[in-house]
Amino acid sequence: MSGGPIEVVERDFGELALNMGPQHPSTHGVLRLILHLSGETVIKAIPVIGYLHRGVEKLSEHLAYDQLAPVYERDDYLAPTANSNAYVLAVERLGAIAVPRRAQWLRAFVSEWQRVSSHLVWLGTLGLDLGGALGGGTTLYMYCFREREKILDFLEELTGTRFHTNFNLVGGVRYDLDAAMVAKSNALAASVEAALPEFWAMSGGNPIFQERTRNVGVISKDLAMGVGITGPTLRASGINYDVRKAAPYDAYDELPFEVVTRTAGDAEARFQVRMEEIGVSLKLVRTIANGLPTGPIFTRKPLKNPKATKLPKGEVYAAVESPRGELGFHIVSDGSARPYRLKINAPSFKNLQIVPHILPGGLVADVVAILGSLDPVLGDVDR
Amino acid sequence: MPAPEIVATLETRFSATPFALGVEIPKDSLLTALRTLRDAHGYRYYVLGTGTEGETSFEVTHAVRNLESNDTLFVKVSVPKDAPEVDSIAFVYAGAEWQEREIWDLFGVTFKAHPDLRRILMPDDYPGHPLRKSFAMDTPWGYRKAEAQAPEAGS
Repeated sequence: MSGGPIEVVERDFGELALNMGPQHPSTHGVLRLILHLSGETVIKAIPVIGYLHRGVEKLSEHLAYDQLAPVYERDDYLAPTANSNAYVLAVERLGAIAVPRRAQWLRAFVSEWQRVSSHLVWLGTLGLDLGGALGGGTTLYMYCFREREKILDFLEELTGTRFHTNFNLVGGVRYDLDAAMVAKSNALAASVEAALPEFWAMSGGNPIFQERTRNVGVISKDLAMGVGITGPTLRASGINYDVRKAAPYDAYDELPFEVVTRTAGDAEARFQVRMEEIGVSLKLVRTIANGLPTGPIFTRKPLKNPKATKLPKGEVYAAVESPRGELGFHIVSDGSARPYRLKINAPSFKNLQIVPHILPGGLVADVVAILGSLDPVLGDVDR
Repeated sequence: MPAPEIVATLETRFSATPFALGVEIPKDSLLTALRTLRDAHGYRYYVLGTGTEGETSFEVTHAVRNLESNDTLFVKVSVPKDAPEVDSIAFVYAGAEWQEREIWDLFGVTFKAHPDLRRILMPDDYPGHPLRKSFAMDTPWGYRKAEAQAPEAGS
């Protein structure tokens, strides 16, 4: 090739519509994004959901109150007990059903363990999404899943199931914790805690990771409130709202813990909030395991016919702080043994709604980082 | 529990009727009421939107929250079944956009001046509204086989 300057030809390809998903490794399930691109810049993003719609709300109208709790554990499948916890809270509130204090502590205990395990899945998959930046990404993913596996083993020993624990009952919980399990829980908390600095060094402490997430997908306070995003995503935008503090349920009014917030509102802030929440939850499981009050875990009369429990006429809303945010159940009862109408206020649905607002202006590579930082679970979005 | 003074204000201004979680207001004042709640009373956080089928009408419920006073208020309107249409509040609360699409999709209530009223959970060409009580549980869900493709010439 002879000397002389290299001529760069710039061509305008116009607007390009790119389908991302529904089968795409970085869309965390079956989410489809229609991206309108100009070169590599996103000018418009249209999320398409519903691929995992199972009609859980319709199904609810045909099952009895005592049969329903396990159904919702299949919604947000990374933190199953949070779903059933919110449901039983709503039923207990409407039916004025008492829950023993020990059961309330146990609910918080399992919820916090599942928050840790859910955040570990999020961290691992975020590592996969950002891929090359983290030495292939798979390393972080495998490390996170190694720790999560231990938590699932622990939950299996406690409840008989690794995942959909079916732990919550209307009026109490199903399984109790003994001294040996308390010791196991404490040892497990120590082992997960010991792995955290390593995770941090591989992700948040990595300059390439910071470059990929800092000032990416910034959500302002006003936008956050108008769209109603929730959970760590909301708290990363500088709004201190956590259902555990704002409307305490279970044992959270007795438990000391701090709400993690950030003000930047970008993907890095959301990452930092979740990372710190893992630590907070590990402290909480220790506090709960060591301070568990004595007493029964279920005080309702044994049910002869689980289909006969009737709730008074009325309307109720109860919410919990799931790993993804405020997860609420709005139940309309007509006085029969089945809900007349049940609405699940799903945190992933609300968080995903921010996507068309924050993607335009960014690059295609940022889309993946932003989606990862929102942590949507499509089972929760589509219900 | 909703704040009593807000409920009282809505009662006098919009002739609202209180219920356990909030207030029921006349359909025509929905937009003004929510705008007032957002701008004058600090209810800037959108919590949820849901629908319920009644005897002769659909109830459309929006829940909004004041994060400073930590107060959640449910605002309900009743929409007659023979003309199921109500104002969209998507321009007041951006979060209502998807929730209203969901109510349209599952109940068939249309929202006036909604920016993008399409189905959200069901397929775009789905004929029914599954959460209506008249929609039976065993309704075939409309699986369509892909149309047989003509074999390529020469194969």
